[in-house]
Amino acid sequence: MKRNDDYELRREHLKDLTDQELETRFWSLIEELIDPLLKLGYENTTPAIERSVLLRMGFSSIEAKALVDGCTEHNLLEHGAGNVVYRLSKKDGTDVRTAGLKLIEASAWNEAESLFGGERA
Amino acid sequence: MSEYKLDKDVKLDVAKILEDLEHYHPRRRGWTWREPVPGLKMGPFTYSDASKPLKDSVGLPPAHYFGDIDPQPIPVITTEIASGRFEDDIRRMRMAAHHGADHIMVIRTAGQSHFDGLIEGTPQGIGGVPVTRKQVRAQRKALDMIEDEVGRPINYHSYVSGVAGPDIAVMFAEEGVNGAHQDPQYNVIYRNINMIRSFVDACESKRVMAWANMAQIDGAHNANATARDAWKVMPELMVQHGINALISAKVGMKKENICLSTVPPTATPGPCIHIDLPYAVALRDLFHEYRMRAQMNTKYIEASTREATVTHVLNMVISKLTSADIQSTITPDEGRNVPWHIYNIEACDTAKQALVGMDGLMEMVELKKDGYLREKARELKERAVLFLENMIELGGYFNAVEEGFFVDSGMFPERNGDGISRKIDGGIGVGTVYKRAEDYCAPVTAHYGYNNVAQYDPSAIDDPAKLIGGCTFECPDKIQYIDELDETDNVYLRMDEVKDFAGPDAKLIKPEMEWLADGTVMLTMFFPTDVRHAEAAALEIGKRMNLVDCEVINREIMHRAEGTRIEMKGKVNFSIKMEDLKLPTVPDVLSDEELWDAIDKKPMRIVAGTIGDDEHSVGLREILNIKHGGIEKYGIECIYLGTSVPPEKLVQAAIETNADAMLASCIISHDDIHYKNIAKVDRIAREMGVRDKLMFVAGGTQVTDEGAREAGADVGFGRGSHGNHVATFLVKERARREQNAR
Repeated sequence: MKRNDDYELRREHLKDLTDQELETRFWSLIEELIDPLLKLGYENTTPAIERSVLLRMGFSSIEAKALVDGCTEHNLLEHGAGNVVYRLSKKDGTDVRTAGLKLIEASAWNEAESLFGGERA
Repeated sequence: MSEYKLDKDVKLDVAKILEDLEHYHPRRRGWTWREPVPGLKMGPFTYSDASKPLKDSVGLPPAHYFGDIDPQPIPVITTEIASGRFEDDIRRMRMAAHHGADHIMVIRTAGQSHFDGLIEGTPQGIGGVPVTRKQVRAQRKALDMIEDEVGRPINYHSYVSGVAGPDIAVMFAEEGVNGAHQDPQYNVIYRNINMIRSFVDACESKRVMAWANMAQIDGAHNANATARDAWKVMPELMVQHGINALISAKVGMKKENICLSTVPPTATPGPCIHIDLPYAVALRDLFHEYRMRAQMNTKYIEASTREATVTHVLNMVISKLTSADIQSTITPDEGRNVPWHIYNIEACDTAKQALVGMDGLMEMVELKKDGYLREKARELKERAVLFLENMIELGGYFNAVEEGFFVDSGMFPERNGDGISRKIDGGIGVGTVYKRAEDYCAPVTAHYGYNNVAQYDPSAIDDPAKLIGGCTFECPDKIQYIDELDETDNVYLRMDEVKDFAGPDAKLIKPEMEWLADGTVMLTMFFPTDVRHAEAAALEIGKRMNLVDCEVINREIMHRAEGTRIEMKGKVNFSIKMEDLKLPTVPDVLSDEELWDAIDKKPMRIVAGTIGDDEHSVGLREILNIKHGGIEKYGIECIYLGTSVPPEKLVQAAIETNADAMLASCIISHDDIHYKNIAKVDRIAREMGVRDKLMFVAGGTQVTDEGAREAGADVGFGRGSHGNHVATFLVKERARREQNAR
């Protein structure tokens, strides 16, 4: 887009605002712009977010990557990779680390899929 | 755990830092500001804007005139250290901390932002270091020791950006990193990472950073560095700051931890303060709830370190006239190479010196409340509001970026059509954003967004990690530590190559600019010719000096034909054995009591003056004056003759006053005039037959003991000499002569 500087024309509606009113307007416009971005963050997840969840659950970065790749491949990421591991650990009565390593090492992905069978969106 | 401790007089042993890393956990989290001490008294001065002094530090070069004080300004001072080898950076961090840095920022290796996951181990980096858990842990552990040594918390900092932002944020929170850059707009505009992915990831990263109480720095300053005319993006910068600041606050970060990375946009020879100050005022008006990280201009610096330093001092004038919570520093060699040790230290000293020098400035001056300054600031704020209105008209952030709204070289509303445009369905990581299902759950602390914990345990809604008995944030022992993954590229191999140069017991030594034993030296030369011939001459000289890899890193025209200043780097291809070094003997100094006693038993009188055509008086007064610990203090009677004293007058005065000694100060040294004047005093005293009776002490910044004795004095005192050194000589020499006379 190319445009000459039409500041004087554009500012007509701003020029009589007080500094305080201008500041308030600045922040309300920022809010209007970012609220949809925050909503995206609230409703969605990504491989990086799920890896970060798995790191916090006590997996190494290499294990976290393998688990997230597995979840993506088996269409399970929307439930949360940590949730997949957690649900498997509950079913098996083990801790989450054992359940995660079982997914990686024993490739127990079918078992994981069955735990989310009816709930896939 | 390792029992290794730093000793203030001994080199840090990096190998010791690397021991036991798998068991290290950080001792605190979160950002620390300096503690202001209003009305601080140090030496002969009272400070208005100083913070708590350090336990151990290196003061500015003239500090010894004022009792070796090292006042610390209030803003946190940043230095960026990342040479590519984190192990060598650790030593640089210690030096920087002792020069006043309490915010150590690690730049990441080229390409890390596109690495999808954490890098592990300790590979070597390019233009930065691969930021890994091991590297972070080693540096945080070293900084724990260094902060104990200087007596002030050191904030450790790197980057939460790229396609692995949340991974890195978690690792940083676990490892006690205190601050980070986080700004999804940086990913979008400069790293072409998919927009949706960047913002979704950013929410998680920011929530983790908020939990760890980390300070956040945004990425807006990059628009200055990228835009064709950096000062024309000022309205956009306020928009970028606003977007990142409010997202962060809404995700849960405390506003006092949200720092705007702001740069005075222009530089000399532009009238930079006239342009930069209204912008700084506008920014602080709109963002008074947030913190300011004052960055220095990098866009317009060239290879001259002097020019860069002046630009940076002018930047700090803006900081002082407005505000800065964090004063960043840019090394003055940024325009030449990846920063060297010495320039990190120079940059820290420049910040400390400028800010201390402007202590209390705002008690004396204030910014005008009307006229150009306020009108221009208002205009910039209005232009920023117009920018936002236009973004909303276009349908929001993503559409505006698609339109190439950012980093356009026109001052908004002007548009030149050269902005950076990114596609909503393009970029790295496109198609990797997943809608969370109704049963989505993440059983961990500091997770942002929808989290169906209630399906498992309604009592865990406010503490999702309760589901798994606590996550790594509550139970650090759950962290999985990886040491090394690459057998061919790691710190142990690199350290092994230079082991004879390393640590407190190094056998060999070489000059060093960035890496241990790199052998790099810099030569400054003037050639009486034009630039092309000067460069060629410099390289030829490097060759004949047996330097390798010579490269001219700065050339400045003194006159097109008359001369060129050249700075050249090269490497020496030999090393020196420490045991072969010949060290000058340390002067033995009598105690104050011994000196008082000697003069009390037998009084002494001296005559002193700066000889020749030389008006310097400071050094000699330091040696004489009781206030500065000079020889008067011991009861020695001093007859001060002043400056530009002819040599014959010094000798005559000694005879007339029946003095025991003559003290001659000579500062001017061109053409060896200092030694010529010393020789003249000696000759006149001999001619008058009094030389044997009179002790003759010479001193000055360019005087050496050896040179002075050769010229005819009994002793020479150079830079760093004090009254007690001179008094010790006088007392001992008198005793020696008395002994001989018997």
